[in-house]
Amino acid sequence: MGKPIKIRAKLKGDIAEVKALLPHDMESGMRRDPDSGELVAAHYITDVTIEHNGEQVLVAYWGTAVSKNPYIAFSIKGAAVGDVIKVSWTDNKSDTSETETTLK
Amino acid sequence: MDRRDFLWMLGSASAAGMFAGCTSAGLRSDPYAAAPFGNARILHFTDCHAQLMPIYFREPNVNIGVAGAKGRPPHLVGEQLLSQLRMNGGEREAHAFTYLNFEAAARQFGRVGGFAHLKTLVEQQRTEVGDGNSLLLDGGDTWQGSATSLWTRGQDMVDACNLLGVDVMTGHWEFTYRDEEVLQNIERFNGEFVAQNVRVSEEALFDGAAAFDEDSGHAFKPYTIREMGERRVAIIGQAFPYTPIANPGRFIPDWSFGIRDGEMQEMVDHIRATEQPDAVIVLSHNGMDVDVKMASRVTGVDAILGGHTHDGVPEPLLIENSGGKTLVTNAGSNGKFLAVLDLDIGKGKINDYRYRLLPVFSNLLPAHSEMQQFITDVRAPYKAQLEEPLAVAESLLYRRGNFNGTFDQVICDALLEVGDAEISLSPGFRWGTSVLPGDVVTMERLMDQTAMTYPETYVRDMAGSELKLILESVADNLFHTDPYYQQGGDMVRLGGLNFTCDPTAKMDERISDLTLDNGKSVEASKNYKVAGWATVGSQSTGAPVWDVVAEYLKAKKTIKVDKVNTPKLRNVAGNPGLSDYSGIVES
Amino acid sequence: MKIDRRSMLRSLLAVAATLAFPKILFAARADKAFEATTSDEAIAELLGAVPTASDKVHMKIPDIAENGAVVPVTVSTDLEDVESISVVVDNNPTPLAASFDMSPKTVAVISVRIKMGQSSIVRAIVKAGGNLYSTSKEVKVTIGGCGG
Repeated sequence: MGKPIKIRAKLKGDIAEVKALLPHDMESGMRRDPDSGELVAAHYITDVTIEHNGEQVLVAYWGTAVSKNPYIAFSIKGAAVGDVIKVSWTDNKSDTSETETTLK
Repeated sequence: MDRRDFLWMLGSASAAGMFAGCTSAGLRSDPYAAAPFGNARILHFTDCHAQLMPIYFREPNVNIGVAGAKGRPPHLVGEQLLSQLRMNGGEREAHAFTYLNFEAAARQFGRVGGFAHLKTLVEQQRTEVGDGNSLLLDGGDTWQGSATSLWTRGQDMVDACNLLGVDVMTGHWEFTYRDEEVLQNIERFNGEFVAQNVRVSEEALFDGAAAFDEDSGHAFKPYTIREMGERRVAIIGQAFPYTPIANPGRFIPDWSFGIRDGEMQEMVDHIRATEQPDAVIVLSHNGMDVDVKMASRVTGVDAILGGHTHDGVPEPLLIENSGGKTLVTNAGSNGKFLAVLDLDIGKGKINDYRYRLLPVFSNLLPAHSEMQQFITDVRAPYKAQLEEPLAVAESLLYRRGNFNGTFDQVICDALLEVGDAEISLSPGFRWGTSVLPGDVVTMERLMDQTAMTYPETYVRDMAGSELKLILESVADNLFHTDPYYQQGGDMVRLGGLNFTCDPTAKMDERISDLTLDNGKSVEASKNYKVAGWATVGSQSTGAPVWDVVAEYLKAKKTIKVDKVNTPKLRNVAGNPGLSDYSGIVES
Repeated sequence: MKIDRRSMLRSLLAVAATLAFPKILFAARADKAFEATTSDEAIAELLGAVPTASDKVHMKIPDIAENGAVVPVTVSTDLEDVESISVVVDNNPTPLAASFDMSPKTVAVISVRIKMGQSSIVRAIVKAGGNLYSTSKEVKVTIGGCGG
């Protein structure tokens, strides 16, 4: 399992404004270990999926140039109190993590 | 006359003659008085760099503008500045705004600035318009630049500004103290600290860091509304956009900056839509060229009162944009000037204005007794350290100028000698006072050049290619044709190294002919022993630079600067921002 | 094996999504586009055409990066029927940094943070109504520190 995702969501009218922090090393495969001088193997999130009450509303595809501990902010239409927003990711080593929040 | 000339002449036509006639004996009893105008007076000073006492400050003879900025204020020096801005205020005015005849004029007209004298002028200007009709704005770089500010972590300046009656401020070097110190000082400050372009990082917000507005991420209050009688004036803060790049980010890890002119437009639109302002003013630490560009892009701002680049610009520029016109000013440095913007504010708009940039001559303004007492008291514990004599100056020592100054040469020479290095580097700061020949260089004067929170020195090997990269990067920060990519400092100062610079060229093509003082060419792949100070990325381990320079000065006893390492210049002959250059200018 | 499993997971998700909400279909990650070493190649691989510059695509990104390893970028658009938003950094070894498949349920505003090894043109590309639109900006990555 990957590290837990941090998520904050705020409802403004029927728009859910969501910010998520996805702790992950996001190794590009081009960085050398400062001690050994060896290349550090690529390890990065490739897919992020956002679901609103179980419905996929946004999918992000990432390469190695997304920063360490990725941050993503987006907004979902037609949201209401009690709705569930779920964020999940998969990386190139098939690690995964997911979290969800209920709109207040 | 091109369109640009015409625009800023419009500005000068409506500005009152500043300081005119004050040297024509007996014509005017008070050179600081002016005919009353309008219904609101905005007082503005900036970049005082913690100079509580009167000082000498030599304006630059090199302040080159490239591309659209060529010959446009502030890129005018000496006679070019006086003639192009049609200044006719005599020798005193010429001394205030230019480097011309500096030593003799400094002896004749005395020291400038000093908070006790500034306080007298502020009180006079506020009294003239009556209670509640004036505001005092501070553009920042207030808590840093002197020994006492460093030793009190900026608190002497917060207290002095409270006594001066500052209403609103923004910042830059304020952020070179640790973040919790910044917050404590803001708490101690009686006025408001505003900055629309400082945001709390996403990580810090997730970890529950303090923010003025968690939702927007604003670290500080972005703007304030002040009422002056019936009139509502909005003051939006714009801190120095590149603080974590030009200065160490490690002191303020949770804060992110940037120009953010899109957000500035949104802020102005929001204020215009919801706050019913009669005037919208931006208190900016962008630097003048950046302010000019911002004024051309952001609509709905009446005036940008600017600083950072330390330009004593006597008249506002009037910049056109798609929504109207915006005044852009820059009010000099080191407590040397107080700007007075008199506004005739109507319902929801400014009808007319008058602007004066008043030089603070300490001989013409009696010290304000309460402020003087405060300054004496705050300095008392440090008196012996401040007054410690280090050497006697046999040359005029100053810093300001695009490429080098004589005081910087002293710092570079000290780094070379004490560090036993081939080459030395010293940052192109624009703060730092001047020392007249014959005067003692005290520890206080040395600290005027060096007092900051990352003073550690280093001596290390650098490849010739690395030196070239540093020079190219800094030159790009100074001479990029788009001001949004400039950082507003001057060129890194060098000891032992010479080069040719073409300010009009592109990145990686400005710097050539790197040569050591012994005439040998610098080789890209060869290593050189380099001494320097003020590293931004990580803390260096050497002694603080003031210890290194003090050791050097004490050993020398007298300081005469015969040669400054200043580049040969290419493609800038005749540039109105260049005069009396001590190096070679290719024609 | 890894890739297989990932593809399989994705297919399962896609199937599940299709079953529940047949209107929204997300394609699989265009791995080849992420491996492309030029912007043109990456855009062609990902989107299959050349975008046209549009003032309806907005990108907020610093003029000078505070830290090349963490450059915040926000892309938004006034265009209707937004299908995807992509961010491309010309001078990165593999220019395609991120691509977001949008749906009618998402507002057309996305924020993410990217790495930049050196100064570069950064492009934001929006696919809307079947067409490609873009905006671009120079972002400077500097050693900093010698000014002020």
